[in-house]
Amino acid sequence: MTRLDPSDTAPDTLVGGPRRGRVRRPGVPLPLLLPALAGLAFLLLPLIALLLRAPWRTLPDQLTGPEVWQALKLSLVSATAATAVSLVLGVPLAWLLARTDFPGRGLVRALVTLPLVLPPVVGGVALLLALGRNGVVGRWLNAWFGITLPFTTAGVVVAEAFVAMPFLVISVEGTLRAADPRYEEAATTLGASRFTAFRRVTLPLIAPGIAAGAVLAWARALGEFGATITFAGNFPGRTQTMPLAVYLALQNDPEAAIALSLVLLAVSIAVLAGLRDRWMTAS
Amino acid sequence: MTRSARRTRRMLQVTGAGAAALLALSACSSSSDSSDASSSPKSGSSASSSPKLSGTVTVFAAASLKESFTTLGTEFEKEHPGTKVSFNFAGSDSLAASITGGAPADVFAAASPKTMAIVTDKKDAVGTPATFVRNQLEIATLPGNPDKVSSLKDLTKSGLKVVLCDKTVPCGAAAQKALDASILKLTPVSYEQDVKSALTKVELKEADAAVVYRTDVKAAGDKVEGVEFPESAKAINDYPIVLLKNAPNAEAAKAFIALVQSAEGSKVLTEAGFLKP
Repeated sequence: MTRLDPSDTAPDTLVGGPRRGRVRRPGVPLPLLLPALAGLAFLLLPLIALLLRAPWRTLPDQLTGPEVWQALKLSLVSATAATAVSLVLGVPLAWLLARTDFPGRGLVRALVTLPLVLPPVVGGVALLLALGRNGVVGRWLNAWFGITLPFTTAGVVVAEAFVAMPFLVISVEGTLRAADPRYEEAATTLGASRFTAFRRVTLPLIAPGIAAGAVLAWARALGEFGATITFAGNFPGRTQTMPLAVYLALQNDPEAAIALSLVLLAVSIAVLAGLRDRWMTAS
Repeated sequence: MTRSARRTRRMLQVTGAGAAALLALSACSSSSDSSDASSSPKSGSSASSSPKLSGTVTVFAAASLKESFTTLGTEFEKEHPGTKVSFNFAGSDSLAASITGGAPADVFAAASPKTMAIVTDKKDAVGTPATFVRNQLEIATLPGNPDKVSSLKDLTKSGLKVVLCDKTVPCGAAAQKALDASILKLTPVSYEQDVKSALTKVELKEADAAVVYRTDVKAAGDKVEGVEFPESAKAINDYPIVLLKNAPNAEAAKAFIALVQSAEGSKVLTEAGFLKP
């Protein structure tokens, strides 16, 4: 989390620290090294197994089916849309949590982050009860506007945004707390309205934090499974995202499931690797 | 010297804890319900010599058998004091996968011969699986049947939200067979991952109808209304049961299979809506 803070002093110590350490090179204590290596192996082994067991020879055939591209396209589009929703709603929410003081703010912050720890299937059930055709709010959406979210692509976006937005909010709130509010105050004393100050001063200041949060949210949305299959269902081309396609392929064609998993893995790695150095480390 | 000794000991503790955590994780992945199985006495050989049954029987059974097998399990424990029946109910495919992956189970009851074949092909079963019940499809509609669904063809009406099971799971394969037999083309709003989630969408009134098993409609009580359709006769699922080769408690497992196949067992199963084989 501290890495997300674009504070002025942090980079210096970060650069200075390791360099000095490299000269002295203190030995790594064994009780730290062994669990660390075990942890590394534990995290990497499943991915290596995926690569080892991949049906490389039949892979081109597995991946040229129209269903694969349909699912991948839907995954990319819906994850991007969910990130957009998260940005529009999540950045103001983060600002509210970081810059204002109201009773019960701690509770609100806890509730906002609840989807992080909630099993996604529970999230899907909750969404059904709230926004489903017969849901608390969904009933009126259906009666007044004829809008039903389950079984639609919009439903996929809603499910993904529900689980992904907390990542963005947490990330942006952390950045806002680290950013010096005096710049905004200076802007307002110079005559800018609070919203102008937010738009012209705060936003550029916290841009790296927003970008990092957006990448996290996008990656989370891309991998979303439980809430999507529970709330939006599974129909090829409309609600079947890649994780759903992988799960169902596993039922009777494990090779296809491995092939699909590889695609998702490749896309995720490409995005995280491509953006991590640029956004996740404060510059 | 003492310090280095202490250091290694502490290190062993740390790595030991790590290994234990890994073991716990891998145990969780196989099944959650069968966790008591590990505490069962390894009495495979000793039990065979004594006529009195004891220990835990671990039964991996298709999700659709949940209600009736739970009843039979209680019955079994009553008949054989000192035994315990521990169930793992899930989709037949995933159960078969955990059995071939080495899960410590005594009995496997699958919802289709195809999923049973996964286990028998790997030679993880003893003898030939026996079909003990059959299950037929039914249409589940909203209570009171507001859309007046009376046949499979009615489900193709436009504006009706129908959910089917995905073709990769037994109930979906059966539904597809029934649709093919009647040359109907049905576009559902969703292909659900198992029969229970298809039913749930109707119970929550998110979908107007679903093609599920008779037993599921019955288990749902008055939350859904069942509509029988003649084409379902062309897509009946056989449920096979088998003793597993690496059964930790084979004797008690045999007795449980016998109970399932007995007149008493068949009564419980038909009451749940299953057909006799």
